[in-house]
Amino acid sequence: MTTTALPDTSGQGSGAAPVAKSPRQRRSGLFSQHLGTAIIGAVIGYFVGHWLGNVIAGGYTYVQNSGENAVANTLGLAFMVFGWLAGVGALNYPFAKIIGKSSRNAEEMEAWSASLGWQRYFRYTADHKVVGMQYVVGVLLFMFTGGLLAMAIRAELLNPNYHLFGPGRYIEIVSEHGTVMMMMATSIIVGPLGNWLVPLMIGSRRTAYPHVEAFSFWVFTAGYMVIFSALPYGGFPTGWTGYAPLQTQAGAGMISYLLGFAVIGIGMMAAGFNLLVTIISYRAPGMTWSRLPIFVWAILATCALLTLATPTLFAAGLFGILDRTAQTAFYVAEHGGSSYLWQNLFWFFGHPEVYIMALPGFGIVGELLPVFTRKPLFAYKVAAAGMMGVALLSFFVWQHHLFQSGINPDMRPLFMLTTELISIPTGFIFLVGMGTLYKAKIRFEVPMLFCMAVFFNFLIGGVTGVFLSDVPVNVTVHGGFFVLSHFHYTIMGGLLFAFMAGLYYWLPKMTGRMMNKKIGIWHFWTMFIFFNLTFFPMFLIGLLGQPRRVFQYAQNLQTLNEFSSMAAFCLGLSFLLFAWNLLYSMFIKVEVAPANPWNSLGLEWQTPTPVPYYNFERIPVILTDPYHYSEDGAPAVADLGVRVSAGASTAAT
Amino acid sequence: MSVRARAAVGVVGLFAAAGLAIWILFGLFLTTGYPSVDFTKSHTAGQPVDLTVQTVGAIGYGPHPTWVSYVVKQPNGTWIQASTWTLPAHTLVHMTIYQYDSGGPLRNQFWGSVQGVTNNAATVTSFAGSHQIGGPTSVSLIDSNATQSDSEPLSNGVGHTFAVPTLGIAVPLPAVNGNSSNQCSTSAPCPTTVDHNVVKFSFETPGPGNYPWQCFVPCGLGYLFGNGGGMGTINYMGGFLNVVNQ
Amino acid sequence: MAESSENPVHHLRRMFVLWLVLSLVVDVLFWFLVGPHVPPGHMTETAKDNQQVFNVLFVIALPVLLGVWIYLGYSAIVWRDREGAPEPVGGEVARTNSHAQVLWITITSFIVICLAAYGTIDLISHNGAGGGQGPNPAWAPAGAAAATQPNAVWTATNNSVLPVQVIAQQWKFTYRYPTFGGFESQHLILPNNTEIAFHVTSLDVIHSFWGYQLGVKADANPQIDNVAFTKTIQTGTTWIRCSELCGIWHGSMWNTGTVESKQQFEQWATTTETAQAAATKLLPPFAWTYVPDANGADGGYYPGVDQYSPTEVYGSTKAAS
Repeated sequence: MTTTALPDTSGQGSGAAPVAKSPRQRRSGLFSQHLGTAIIGAVIGYFVGHWLGNVIAGGYTYVQNSGENAVANTLGLAFMVFGWLAGVGALNYPFAKIIGKSSRNAEEMEAWSASLGWQRYFRYTADHKVVGMQYVVGVLLFMFTGGLLAMAIRAELLNPNYHLFGPGRYIEIVSEHGTVMMMMATSIIVGPLGNWLVPLMIGSRRTAYPHVEAFSFWVFTAGYMVIFSALPYGGFPTGWTGYAPLQTQAGAGMISYLLGFAVIGIGMMAAGFNLLVTIISYRAPGMTWSRLPIFVWAILATCALLTLATPTLFAAGLFGILDRTAQTAFYVAEHGGSSYLWQNLFWFFGHPEVYIMALPGFGIVGELLPVFTRKPLFAYKVAAAGMMGVALLSFFVWQHHLFQSGINPDMRPLFMLTTELISIPTGFIFLVGMGTLYKAKIRFEVPMLFCMAVFFNFLIGGVTGVFLSDVPVNVTVHGGFFVLSHFHYTIMGGLLFAFMAGLYYWLPKMTGRMMNKKIGIWHFWTMFIFFNLTFFPMFLIGLLGQPRRVFQYAQNLQTLNEFSSMAAFCLGLSFLLFAWNLLYSMFIKVEVAPANPWNSLGLEWQTPTPVPYYNFERIPVILTDPYHYSEDGAPAVADLGVRVSAGASTAAT
Repeated sequence: MSVRARAAVGVVGLFAAAGLAIWILFGLFLTTGYPSVDFTKSHTAGQPVDLTVQTVGAIGYGPHPTWVSYVVKQPNGTWIQASTWTLPAHTLVHMTIYQYDSGGPLRNQFWGSVQGVTNNAATVTSFAGSHQIGGPTSVSLIDSNATQSDSEPLSNGVGHTFAVPTLGIAVPLPAVNGNSSNQCSTSAPCPTTVDHNVVKFSFETPGPGNYPWQCFVPCGLGYLFGNGGGMGTINYMGGFLNVVNQ
Repeated sequence: MAESSENPVHHLRRMFVLWLVLSLVVDVLFWFLVGPHVPPGHMTETAKDNQQVFNVLFVIALPVLLGVWIYLGYSAIVWRDREGAPEPVGGEVARTNSHAQVLWITITSFIVICLAAYGTIDLISHNGAGGGQGPNPAWAPAGAAAATQPNAVWTATNNSVLPVQVIAQQWKFTYRYPTFGGFESQHLILPNNTEIAFHVTSLDVIHSFWGYQLGVKADANPQIDNVAFTKTIQTGTTWIRCSELCGIWHGSMWNTGTVESKQQFEQWATTTETAQAAATKLLPPFAWTYVPDANGADGGYYPGVDQYSPTEVYGSTKAAS
């Protein structure tokens, strides 16, 4: 470790760490604003909105005939979201600004929240690290809910003739599972890890818009409540793709889907926009684009997509709500609309959406590989260019979801070409990974195991995507279990495994506690083996003619379905093992984490654990990228201030 | 607390949390199973089965009282809202449907033909209240777009259909006169003192299996295309013929 | 054990040899043993073609899969952190290798562009490869346009295209045969050795007509005539399944169809046309799309609103004035 005496930089810019200011501090304790008041606000909001909807639309013919009031449901849920946000205090800052009252700036808020201890995790707070931890819990809530629903799906599919749930319930479960999982997956990395890590990785104290960031989390949880409300409403029958006009025909639960996506969409746009501006404008001095950690590049590309693609979903959802409440006919062909409109709007968002899910996973793998191979990231520029290329191209492939829909036939070869082309930058992660592994010294810690699994799984997912993009083969494999297995391999096999890698890797820094290695290894192997045993047979099931979302299937496919279901139950148990590891490592047998347990050169690891709320005592000056592993005489990553510069590598590490 | 004690609490807590989550999801909302009526218990092998049902305009009770529904007469004579019927395999079923609902045009007039049942015909007897006003007539085709005529009981359109798509069975059920003041207005089951049509037909059950049945009339009022609500909910306008070996 | 004395490309050479041998063996085994049995089979030309394209893709994909897997496995074994293992080398040589990068980008680009070209040629040469091409198909068999005319005739001997309308509704497919008076049937019967033009439409929500052994898939959209072509080449039974979620009974929206000889089909069609004459008269006039709402069969969701209808009369193709 080299030390360098540097000039005192305390007077420059916002170099010095802010101090918690006292007067006009917010109240703390039970009678201030927190999760409890959010719940109260939500309940009040729901009843007010529902009542208003009954007043407005109680006399409508369709309401009286069907017995279901979509206007009341919509207003009830919308007011619930508003009440939730108002209750937690998310609206205080903009409201104060509107009426001209001065309010605390972000630094003051962060300092105040840091003084609250564990309570700050139940509040609206502008500390990006708190928001990141809140997102971890939020994302896990979505994941376990969706996972239980998946177990129910596989239970139903054990037998083609005996129906555990019945056709209507089954479709409800399938739809809820898909929607909950997709809502989770859009934010699973950007939310927890993006928010927590990006400012640290770029040498910043905060994100660009801390209020927007906190707002995005509380909207995310409001979205969970809205989509969960589908269940008491009787569910919705369209699957997560929500095709119209079935969505226009559906029962009360459909509003939960449409509004849920709109609400989650607001959160996505907020989170994406915030991190986008943060990465562009809040990089520390010396953090040029070519020194940006690859994870930050991935988040940059993802946030560009979040910001640009999500508005389409929002508009699409809004039209759907109007069709169901105000009896417009955007999506109803017999009354002047078009069933293609929803499909195109949805997939125009939907395809960038799946890259919103894939890119952060690539970022995590790219970030972790050098640490555990002790080699620099191979072809860094190709990796970064690939991510931006994927993001750009993702807007030009959406019609491959509609090859057989009756689109203009000249579009089919065109979108086949663009979809094939997008697999080129998508494949760059393999070039980068393989190059980094070349003649490395691989430490198979739990995060690294998950990274290897990402390569294995995403390869299968990606290659089967090429099959799907080929229009003649698409005729057989679209709409069946083949495509289902493809996207589970890419999203679950890629993204979720990468998320696990990221959690095992960064939780020691985020919480100060190491995740138990033995349980982690068990978790990894059970998850990896049973994941593949669950989803690989589904390629065959799809080729043998079973469509998606069916409660009845051909008798000769029972054995394969049973096998897949059994493996799925074991996969579910592996998640229980993960939950146990979290519980065990965080609360039962705590192993305190050193500041840099993996010996990483990353800037986020050059901070003490726990990371102070101001992140860095001095804004660092970045000297090079964080991948100078196994390089004699490599420069330090950054100059952190007067006392010590950190991040220099030695040949021995 | 020692590590071991904490671990024990943790295990219990984890399973309790999982149990609570499962109960909330599957105990409160996504419940399993649906009611069914077993016609094999009181049935002698080789003999035909009598299956009697009603189709009503509004069930009158339960979570959706305004929804259209079928109700079935159990072997003990009581009526129940259950749309899954367990029947013996390879057995003749004599089905009687008391149709109480008014009707209109089919979305596809093809379902106005009687198909997949014995002689591809059904026998229809029409009642204005308890007073027989038409039939018994053997009917093999109903025009759901016919101009309504009070003197022609079969011109009121189609009220509902009984169809088992995977077996090719489809029987249109003539509607009652929608202008009549004597339509069923009570909760199901409706009495025979209000307007109704009695439709009788027979079919043979196939080998064991689960055969969904449904209605093809757009009778889910207030829903787009009339195919939402009760049309798309089991126990109302759709169910299963659960055919078993006896 | 010091690695520095070994030839540095020894690793890649080992992996390459293993990859080459394994790829060749598995590819050949797959092509000859498994390939002929890959779904959807040989009942129609498009089915046969879909199978062929799948097999071609598979023999290209397998070496890609094997290559990466072999590399990952090899590196996990040979380059793992163990006692006495050589230290990795960092610096510029480990960060970039322009040969490897250029080679990778070139090879992957070449493969995918070739695949796109192959797929396009296949689409064109197989009249859309059995997928729905919308109301104005770009690639159609000869005689397809003539077969859609009101006076079109199909007989067992005149070798013309047989148009079959697939009507999707919640929750059953029915089929209308315009060249046989437009009768409607629950059964899909098709003649062998015949070009078939499927005209798929919906009466309500989006469905998807999937003739599994026929190698045909076309979405059924309301007010849209989605056309898909195939040519039958073998008799047998085919499964028809709905492959777009359409509501509660989507999972049971299936039936079977049969491909029979031309003579058997003609016999069935003419007999059914006669037997169903009375029922056919009550159906709307044959049209490529229908508007049931215009006839009042609409569930009353849009009450009191003048029914928008692009056609004057229920089922007519005449435009509204």
